[in-house]
Order: sequence, then C-alpha cells, then structure tokens
Amino acid sequence: MKLQPYATMGQKVWFYTFLTIAGGGLLFLVLPILVIIPLSFNSSSFLSYPLDGFSFRWYEEVFHSEIWVRAIKNSLIIGSASAFLATVLGTLAAMGLTQANFRGKGAVNALLVSPMIVPIVISALGLYFFFAEIGLNATYTGLILAHTALGAPFVVITVTATLQGFDNSMMRAAASLGANPVTVFFSVVLPLILPGVVSGALFAFATSFDEVVVVLFSAGPEQRTLPRQMFDGIKENITPAIMAAATLLIMFALALLSVLEYLRRRSEKLNSPS
Amino acid sequence: MEQASTHTSSQSDVLPQVEDDIPLKVKLKRAERMRKYRAMALIAPLFLFILGVFAIPIAIMMWRAIDNPEVVEYLPQTAIELKNWDGQSEPTPELTAVFARDLVLAYKEKTASTVGKRLNYDVSGMRSLISRTARKFNRTQPVQATMDDFVKADKRWAQLRYWKTLKRASGSLTPFYVLNAFDMKINDEGEIASVPESQAIYSNIFWRTMWIAGVVTAASLLIGFPIAYLLANTSSKVSNLLMFCVLLPFWTSLLVRTSAWVVLLQKNGVVNSSLMGLGIIDEPLTMLFARPGVYIAFIHLLLPFVILPLYSVMKSISPAYMRAAESLGAHPAVAFVRVYLPQTLPGIGAGGILAFILAIGYYITPALIGGPQDQMLSYFIANHANSTLNWGLASALGAVLLVTTMILFTIYNRLTGASGVKMG
Repeated sequence: MKLQPYATMGQKVWFYTFLTIAGGGLLFLVLPILVIIPLSFNSSSFLSYPLDGFSFRWYEEVFHSEIWVRAIKNSLIIGSASAFLATVLGTLAAMGLTQANFRGKGAVNALLVSPMIVPIVISALGLYFFFAEIGLNATYTGLILAHTALGAPFVVITVTATLQGFDNSMMRAAASLGANPVTVFFSVVLPLILPGVVSGALFAFATSFDEVVVVLFSAGPEQRTLPRQMFDGIKENITPAIMAAATLLIMFALALLSVLEYLRRRSEKLNSPS
Repeated sequence: MEQASTHTSSQSDVLPQVEDDIPLKVKLKRAERMRKYRAMALIAPLFLFILGVFAIPIAIMMWRAIDNPEVVEYLPQTAIELKNWDGQSEPTPELTAVFARDLVLAYKEKTASTVGKRLNYDVSGMRSLISRTARKFNRTQPVQATMDDFVKADKRWAQLRYWKTLKRASGSLTPFYVLNAFDMKINDEGEIASVPESQAIYSNIFWRTMWIAGVVTAASLLIGFPIAYLLANTSSKVSNLLMFCVLLPFWTSLLVRTSAWVVLLQKNGVVNSSLMGLGIIDEPLTMLFARPGVYIAFIHLLLPFVILPLYSVMKSISPAYMRAAESLGAHPAVAFVRVYLPQTLPGIGAGGILAFILAIGYYITPALIGGPQDQMLSYFIANHANSTLNWGLASALGAVLLVTTMILFTIYNRLTGASGVKMG
C-alpha cells in the first residue's frame, strides 16, 4: 500500500480516506480492550476517566477473595482436564481422517465439528437435561466432559490442517525399519505435528476457559468458573474488581497469542525451502 | 489382462519361495482395507464421545418438542376414553367417570398440577380448573361421575372447549409446541390457525433475531473489508503489527469484551463522557440496555471472523489484475468493482455467513448488554428452560434455531469447500 508519486489530488484524498477508515476500524477493535486496563488500577470505585489515583486494591480484592480464587482454580482445573482429553481424542481422530478415505467420511467429519456450530444455548440445554438423567449436573466430571466435546473440534481442525502437509512415507519408512505403530507415532509423527497439536490444545483450553453458558446451566456453586463469576458481576454490580479480572484475562489472551504466533512462524520457517 | 495373469502364474512357478499365491491385487485391496479399518479405529473414540455426550443429548432434547407425556402418563384411562369420544358431542358417561377417577388418583399422587400446567399452555385457566376439580372430587369421591358432577365442581366444564383441550393433549406426541414456536395452534375446530395478534410473539422474535444478525453481519463486512484490504496489501512487517489488533480481540474472552462494552457504553461511561467533552452531544446517549449497544458489541465480536477469511482471500489475489484493468483504461473505481470485488466474493460469502451463524446463536452478550426488546431466540430458549420451565417450547424454539443454523452451515460448507477459504 503506497501512494504513487504521480498520484492525482483525487487519488491522494481517496488514499487518506481509506487509511482513516481502515485505521479507525482497527482502533475500534483494539481500543475497548485497552481502555479497561487502566480502570482496574483506579483507586476509587468509579469506572470512568480521569482516574482518581493508582492502586492495586482491586487486584488484592480478587486475589484475597475466596470466591474469585476458587473460580480461577476451577477454570484452570476444568480447562486443563478438558483440553487434555480433547487433544488426545482430537489428535487420534485427525490422524484417522487424513489416513484413509471411506464412505460417509463427510458425515463423520460433520458430526465431529458439530459442537463448534450448534448454538451454545442448545448444547447447554441438551447437556443439562442429559446430565440430569445420569446425575452429572453440578459435578466436575460433567463440566469436563461437556467442555471436552466443545473443544475437540478445534483440535481436529488444527491437527488435520497440520497433517495435510505431512509426508506419509515417513511413517512407512519408520515402519519398514521395524518400529511399531506406537513408536512411529511418538518418535516420528508427533514431533513433526507438535505445533498443530499444541495450537489445538490451546484452542481447546481457551474454549473451556471462556465458556459460560454450559456452566450457567450445569454447574453447581462448587464449580463456579471465572467467566461465570464475571457474568454475575456484570449482571449485578460491575466493579473495578471485574476490570481487574478482565485485565488478567487479557494478559492470558496476549500470552496465548504470542505462543501461537511463535508456533506459526516456526512452522512457516520449517515449511519454506531455505 | 490375459498377459498379466500368465505373468503372475509364471512368476509363482519361478519363485516357489513365495509363501502364498494370493495375487498382488487382492493383497493390495486387503492392505487398503486394513488402512481403512485403522483410520476408523482412530476416529472411533472421538466419534463415540461426541455422539454420546453431545449429539444424542441434543437429539433427546429435540424429542421434547413433540413429546407429550403428561395426560397419557398421569390420566392413563382418560387418555384411552378420550380417543373414543368424537370431540364434538357431549362427553360420554364413560369418559366423565374415568376422568373423575383419574383426577382423584392424580391428586393423591400430586401429579394433577403437572397435567394442569401442560393444559394451561394451550388454554389459560386450565391449571386452576384441573386443580380445583381434582381437589373437589377428592373430597366428594363421586362413584360414576357425570357431566353434572363436573359442572357442579366447576361450571366451566359445561363448555365443550375445555374438553376439547383435554382431547388435543391426550396423544403421546403433539405438534403443539412446534406450532407454538411459529405462533400457531390447533383451534377448537381442529384446524391449524394463527394465534391472536396479542399472543403472537415468537415469529416476531425469530425475525428480530434474523434482523439483528443481518444488520451486524452487513456492518461487519463493510467495516472489515477495508481492514482486510489494508492487511493484505501492506508490507508483512506492518501487517503483522496490524494483525495483532485483529487477533487480540479474537483471543480475548467474550466476557471481557462484553464487560468492556458495558463499562464504555454506560450513561456516565467513557464513550458518553468523551462525546460530551468534545461537545458533540449535550446529554448522554442511551446505548446500554438498548439496540445501539447490542449492535456495537456484536460488530466488535464478529469483525475478526469477517476479517480473517477476507484477508485469506485477498492475500491470494494478484495485484496484476488491477494493474491490467487500469492500464487498459479502466477508472480505478470501475476496476475495483468489476475486477477486484468479484474475486473477493468467496471471502465475503464465507465471512458473512460465519458471522451470521455466530450472531443468531449469541446469548451472553445480548443478555448483558441488551434490553428486553433486544433479546433474541437464544434468550427465550434459556428463559423457557430455566424460568417458565416450559421445556417443550424451549425445545421447539431450539429446533427452529438449530435447523436455521444447519441450513446456513451447509451453504457455508459449500462455499468454503469449493474455494478453500481458510480461517486465520
């Protein structure tokens, strides 16, 4: 995107108008997120500018409150357990999907990604009724199973995409040299597709970490998660403590984004002929 | 063909150390089949998991939209007698007798209220009618109750419409909830008819959902297009930096983004105070708990989903086409509309449909940012499931939303399958 030196007046006007529009859009995307960070350091309880002073009191409130701490713990437990299950199941399925063609593959694929498409209220309601029948409402097991189902499609998609560039003859080479399938997987396939698997796992973790509707329906007071806690806070009385929690979640998103970017660049470097 | 077979046989003559004489073709097929089985075995765990923990629970829930167990289960004899009654003449003595007996039983089992609640969905007043009659009969214990006994218990029973309601609800399956979701019902004449204007709410809500989703999808495409264009046509250093502005919101929790908008859009929030400080407005605008807030927050949520596929498509468009068009004398605007824009259509289609699908399913954001007039299908599904406990209607509305989503997703799949648009 560059303005040619011979551009006419009209072209110049158009060029800067375009930049303003696109730049405005980008600001619209990122500003609302950045604006709330300073509010979490406000010394008074007002959620507006200018700030009354700088303080960590809202972070102290979050970290000293038993409810918030438990919510963070719950989110981490449910998130990592469901991400682990989703990654194992999703990676296996992605390997199967890329290894052979069979009749009904399209339908199988559609079922595997369906948790991503079905509106969340419908999933949550269906799971709520189902868990009521088998006694899994208000249990960690129930939430972990539900979040595994919601996160698995992301693993399937990212790992399938990574496997698309995978050379199957490497597996055959390893097998012909006497490695059994398990060894082939762990010492040949996994190291090569690891970036895809890790991105998928992060996707699944983020899905669980951000999920609130299933939690609203199925969790008991014991299983309150961070998003659930935020939901109640926004609904009842929005305080800078919520902004502090939000800021922590933004930091988490930044960390996630950096890891994914690193993985993307790494695989780009590996794939491009040097 | 013949030559090949002689070749194999001669080979097996020459090479006796080959242990089997299975032709290569068969072996290859067998290996292929093994591969297929192995692939299926790898897919099976997740397949069964999603089926059992996701698809079947949703299918069972959808079943509730036509399931109608109340009368059949709690007034079993009555349900049978209702089938023998023609539904036009006065209820038969057999019917009134078993109905009274069933009601007394249901009263003792405390299931009469469940039946009353179900019938009340169809005709309001049925709940009180059933509970009153059941209570009275429990006291008087009529042996062979007749119409007179019923009218004595509550004179509403003299009207045939209450009996007709009972008959309509006596099947083990019912179209009631599904019709309800489309603002229709079976009237006393047994025909499908629209409900009175004052009770017709769900088609209104369906179109409101579609309207909101349509508006925010169109707006996201309009705002997202120049952003994607800028990202696709600038140096990779700059575009990496700008991409951060798209990906940060994409990865930030939905609750965080929603809470940000609640804070920003409040009466004395950041947006209002800046606008007033700049002298653009004199008094604060109402954006929170109103439609503008919902639109703004939705567009913010959806923009990344529109920008990423558009970017992926634009990245693959060679600038040579535009240069060619312009060198042939086309005005830049004409070249853009006739040459560039058509090439971005797959991205516009994929991003637009994806945004629309996401928008019609959002629940949290409208619940926190919208007012009562901005609630969409998801809200009413959750509301009927949680507050009114009308699970049949919740499931029927859920089916409407699910079918709409599935149709849109099929279109999306066709589009992306054909053109290979990728996310991210």
